[in-house]
Amino acid sequence: MSVIGATGAPASEKVVPLLRGQALRLAYGPDRVVVDGLDLELPPGKVTAVIGANGSGKSTVLRALARLLRPVDGQVLLDGRDIHQMRTRDVARQLGLLPQAPVSPDGITVRDLVRRGRTPHTSLWRQWSDADEAALLAALAATDLTELADDPVDALSGGQRQRAWLALVIAQETPLLLLDEPTTFLDIAHQVDVLELVRALNRDAGRTVVMVLHDLNQACRFADHLVALRGGRIVTAGPPAAVVTTELVRTVFDLDAMIVPDPVGGTPMVVPIGRAK
Amino acid sequence: MTVVRSRAVRQRDGEAATLARSGPAVVLRWRGAGVLVHPRTWAVGAVLAAVVAALCIVALAVGTQWLPLDDVARGLVGEAERATNLTVRRFRLPRVVVAVLVGAALGLAGALVQAVTRNPIAAPDVIGVTAGASFGAVLVLLAFGGTTFGAGGAAAELSRVGLPLGAVAGAFVAAAIVLGLGAGKGPSFATQRVVLVGIVCHAAFIGLVHWGLTRGDVDQATRAAAWLVGSLHGRGWEHVTGLAVALALLLPVALVLGRSLSALSLGEPSAATLGVRVRRTQLGVFLVAFALTGAAVAAAGPVGFIALLAPQIARRLVRAPGMPLVASALTGAAVLLAADVLARLAVPGVELPAGAVTALVGAPYLLWLVVRSEGQR
Repeated sequence: MSVIGATGAPASEKVVPLLRGQALRLAYGPDRVVVDGLDLELPPGKVTAVIGANGSGKSTVLRALARLLRPVDGQVLLDGRDIHQMRTRDVARQLGLLPQAPVSPDGITVRDLVRRGRTPHTSLWRQWSDADEAALLAALAATDLTELADDPVDALSGGQRQRAWLALVIAQETPLLLLDEPTTFLDIAHQVDVLELVRALNRDAGRTVVMVLHDLNQACRFADHLVALRGGRIVTAGPPAAVVTTELVRTVFDLDAMIVPDPVGGTPMVVPIGRAK
Repeated sequence: MTVVRSRAVRQRDGEAATLARSGPAVVLRWRGAGVLVHPRTWAVGAVLAAVVAALCIVALAVGTQWLPLDDVARGLVGEAERATNLTVRRFRLPRVVVAVLVGAALGLAGALVQAVTRNPIAAPDVIGVTAGASFGAVLVLLAFGGTTFGAGGAAAELSRVGLPLGAVAGAFVAAAIVLGLGAGKGPSFATQRVVLVGIVCHAAFIGLVHWGLTRGDVDQATRAAAWLVGSLHGRGWEHVTGLAVALALLLPVALVLGRSLSALSLGEPSAATLGVRVRRTQLGVFLVAFALTGAAVAAAGPVGFIALLAPQIARRLVRAPGMPLVASALTGAAVLLAADVLARLAVPGVELPAGAVTALVGAPYLLWLVVRSEGQR
């Protein structure tokens, strides 16, 4: 039954499913329409960063893609099927989510937290198999938490805690990963840590990653594909080198900026000048 | 990715059950099935079961007449003197069984509510359901309670049969209000709103209960007031049946829901993307907890603090993540048994209601737990 891992096959060897949003209208109640008429395609096997100012609807779009928010109109398609017509568990085997600022249960250990990532692969009768154990150990190793496995999550630093939550999503072994602002509350070194880990997940296991990011420079550096939102609409989408321009930064963030090549990666780097008049 | 294969898998087709380790947990396998066991959880469960058994024996032995243990044993199988047989089998045994079942039902209900609301001071007796059951029961007592204390006849009979029904109906009316108003429209229950609505509901039902007491005549009001403290006095086999059926049906449901609850403890977004049908799980957990509460109140009256306290004690004993459901039920049974024994012994010659003891001992203990755990942060 349990497919991924039981045969030793990582998620990458499966066909990477395609996630798309079609004519999405997303709202919190009748008066608060956040996104209207959004079409979005997330390139399989790539890292996509969704960027935009506060309130641009980027987290809302991610919630809809994760099946947490039912669109008022339009649909989210996973491999051509409406995600809301699929069984919750089937979706959970395809798509994992790291929520924004997740809260761990009191006193839980890293191992028990990560273990819960296996929920969609286990059942009342098959609570734990060797494939589950292998996925757990691999996720701990990938996030460098093997040594800390039996420590309480409360006792970890912010960066370690975020890695523990990432480990949970890794252990879920889904070909699609959605990350909602994975670097919030982390210092710059730990931000880079997390983003490099995300890159590695994409590179080594071929997972499609979609993340909401605040930092435009990090998005340029770590994503293959950018989706820039303003007012619930896509301003532009494409590879960072092709789409990041002074006009884009002004449109999306109301900011005058210079674009220079990042001295390390060669990707576009945004240097703010000041608020656009 | 390294795939670790244990001996267990190679023997999967064999008959032998095998063990594998996963950190401090143990995986018990037999054929295709595999159960994840935290040894400490089971050890605590075994100890608690032993404590419950010991308390049962004590509760059978003590009372107005103290029986030596061999009399208790012979009385249980009906081979002691007639009077002893009668005391043990007719009076004390059903009372002890009711105590175990009520305690277990309340402990389990409390654990479920605390787990689903992720709130350590939420319990059916805080969020209105116990109060609703009380109101339902009081209505029946006042309507059919008879005119004189202990009066026989049709009215008293109606009251005897109707009281549990009133309690269960009251619990469900309260549950419908609390869940209906608290649910919200989102993909998950607004559990904090359920708690808030519940607290208001509790106050309203308590107010109605008091109003009801002023409407009845003195005898009825006295009887109702005595029932409202929660007691095991005079409980017989007729109180066992409904509750035993409710527990037998709902405990397995609770255990199945427990798996989803442990994912829910990560928050609704994570639970949903881990494959849990969040709203359905939450509704199921609330309904099971409220049905258990209704059945418990129907049997023993609104015994306070057990639903609040037992899960907190059990959680501290088990020290595993999440709410330990079975341990909470066993703790509830132990606490109520102990309270009932204390109630019979505390004041010589006077029998206190068990509900008074759970309140007197439970409230300070809960405060101590809260203050102590806050101090640790």
